[in-house]
Amino acid sequence: MTLYEGEKGSMLQVIGMNLPVQTERRLEVLGMLEGTRISVVNRKKRGAMIVKIRGTRFAVGESITRCIEVKKI
Amino acid sequence: MSTKELTIGFVGNPNCGKTTLFNAYTGANLKVANWPGVTVEKKEGAMRLHDETYRLVDLPGTYSLTSYTMEETVTRQYILSDDVDVIVDVADASALERNLYLTLQLIELGKPVVLALNMMDIVQERGMEIDLHRLPEMLGIPCVPVSARKKTGLEILIHTVAHHKDKAQGEKIIHHHDLEKSRHEGVEEHHKRYAMVYSDEIEDKIDEIEERLLREYQEESKENLRWYAIKILENDQEMKERFSMDFSDIIDQDYEKEIINQKFGFIEEVIAECVANRAKKAESTDRTDRILTHPVLGLPVFLLIMAGVFFLTFTVGDWLKGYFEVGLEWLTVVVADRLVSVGVTEMLISLITDGIISGVGGILTFLPNIFILFLALAFLEDSGYMARVAYVMDGIMGRIGLSGRAFLPMLLGFGCTVPAVMASRVLENRRDRMKTILITPFMSCSARLPIYVLFSELFFGDQAMVAAFSMYVLGLALAIFSAYVMKLLDKSADNDMLLIELPEYKTPNAHTIRVYVWEKVKDYLSKAGTTIFVASIVMWLILNLGLHGFTTDMNQSFGAMIGKVLVPIFVPIGLGYWQIVLALISGIAAKEVVVSSCSVLFGVGNVTTQTGMLNLSTLLSQMGFGARNAYALMVFCLLYVPCMAAVATIKKETGSWRLTIAMAMFQLVTAWVVAFLVFWIGGMI
Repeated sequence: MTLYEGEKGSMLQVIGMNLPVQTERRLEVLGMLEGTRISVVNRKKRGAMIVKIRGTRFAVGESITRCIEVKKI
Repeated sequence: MSTKELTIGFVGNPNCGKTTLFNAYTGANLKVANWPGVTVEKKEGAMRLHDETYRLVDLPGTYSLTSYTMEETVTRQYILSDDVDVIVDVADASALERNLYLTLQLIELGKPVVLALNMMDIVQERGMEIDLHRLPEMLGIPCVPVSARKKTGLEILIHTVAHHKDKAQGEKIIHHHDLEKSRHEGVEEHHKRYAMVYSDEIEDKIDEIEERLLREYQEESKENLRWYAIKILENDQEMKERFSMDFSDIIDQDYEKEIINQKFGFIEEVIAECVANRAKKAESTDRTDRILTHPVLGLPVFLLIMAGVFFLTFTVGDWLKGYFEVGLEWLTVVVADRLVSVGVTEMLISLITDGIISGVGGILTFLPNIFILFLALAFLEDSGYMARVAYVMDGIMGRIGLSGRAFLPMLLGFGCTVPAVMASRVLENRRDRMKTILITPFMSCSARLPIYVLFSELFFGDQAMVAAFSMYVLGLALAIFSAYVMKLLDKSADNDMLLIELPEYKTPNAHTIRVYVWEKVKDYLSKAGTTIFVASIVMWLILNLGLHGFTTDMNQSFGAMIGKVLVPIFVPIGLGYWQIVLALISGIAAKEVVVSSCSVLFGVGNVTTQTGMLNLSTLLSQMGFGARNAYALMVFCLLYVPCMAAVATIKKETGSWRLTIAMAMFQLVTAWVVAFLVFWIGGMI
């Protein structure tokens, strides 16, 4: 599944990213790597969501979350 | 009593409290300028401690030291320069895991680094504990707990900096890094010098690159060598240009990702060893976010907050502005009297009172609005709410290719273009900022209202309200339409991906807000003020000088001549009357001047009274100026070049005359085209 499908309150783990290199690097320096755990703090029905990575909250747009492969843990 | 003052560079992630810490040392005593060649702000201050002077430089907030953004490039170039002696890495101790990534990079740069663990008060509040003995051991740099808000640990931090200035890296570092299987004899050696040791594969490559660099570039200082090698391994564009050597035999793949991975691996080790009880949640932020970023409630709450900002800025601001205007009138009279009594010529008096005092003074009257707006913005920014706006408005603004935060300047545009353009600073992306500045003047500002009121009452009778209101709708529609067209034209639109940190909510800090507001006000007064000063004089010259020198009769002025020359251009849009053209030119000084100019040019006193209006409408009708001309005039006033103050602000914010002029041309052309369409369609009805 993709991060975009993640429900509010769920705990997920990144298994892959399919983004332009530059965007991927931006995410990586924020600590979002393959294997990193992400919790979905809040989300809209459609569009952006709020996630927590390594103790920090980020708002992430749909164009990014749709390209991140995750699994439930 | 050193011979040379010590220069300290403050580096840190966004939202780590770096600016608050910096302000705590320097107060409002700042030199703000741009870094050479780029529009990234550079802040500098000084402080004294124990008879020593320290020079403090605030670097832009950044998450890493790659060369993807201007902020990152500026930061790393500055750190590598000889200008800086010691780096203070400011980290949010309550989010240490994310902050340490930058720390590791800074250590690799080879300059002396001191880690300032900021927000220790919050760490304690949450029951978290940080092992302040183990952390410096593992990182190899001094770590000083501070709280910028509570002003604790400040002196100790500078003290540490002073003592650490000559030590590139710490003493021998002992920690259980996962290197048991390393085949390196020299691992101990690496540990002596660096906190972060990579896998064998990467360390081998680093060694090889270092060796090769050393052979080719003997003049490079050795302390930065490891950093250069790592950057080359990461395929860093700037480094590849700087060292034009072929490393393709060493770099057989992209190592950047692997290097990031290993850094975070090490960070996880550090966190596991040095931070206890970090699972305790920041509950208050989650509670607040439950309402403020609620999927349904989020939007109305945001609109309510915006309405509040709007109300404060324009209601309270205009109320204060009224007093400013009274004071200004008083000043004009006093100055004029004084000048008359000392026998100054009529021309000079007119230049000083009508030109300079009314022009520059007009700018000063905006001060209450600007002050209140930035006070409100500082509150929203410092409390942590501003970042949420991007999330809340993301979907709606995204459709027209703008970031969610662009909503704020657009809304403020209904009040006054000047603060609205300044508010575009809340956008972090320059492209977004430029787009927003371009469309903001289309939002009908309050100074244009008198024009709508006068002409709609003159020509639309019962429908006057509708005619005036339609201007607001038209302006908004055009702003949205322009943004949409730009989105379609902009091929690089794919980097408008939303990715923004949402900091913890906190009570705004009075000191930070004071410094922030004062900076903006000072900026406004000095920069916009100087441009306005010159522009006021130019406008006065155009309207008061003619072929025969000084004249009080506008008909004889150069302005009238220019108006007459321009008439043919305005005929197709129904405004081919030199008086109207001249009124429009004078409207560039300030939009409401269009009304007073009309009254002067058509020789009708008190245009806003019943008789005045009747006279003016009779006069205009005799000239063939009817309802559709009036509507075209209103449309043109809505869309054409904003007032001088706004143009000066746009110049200030874009930092480019070329862009400013291009924007003004775009607005002029749009105004002409739309007015033409309106006039033409009006002719068919």
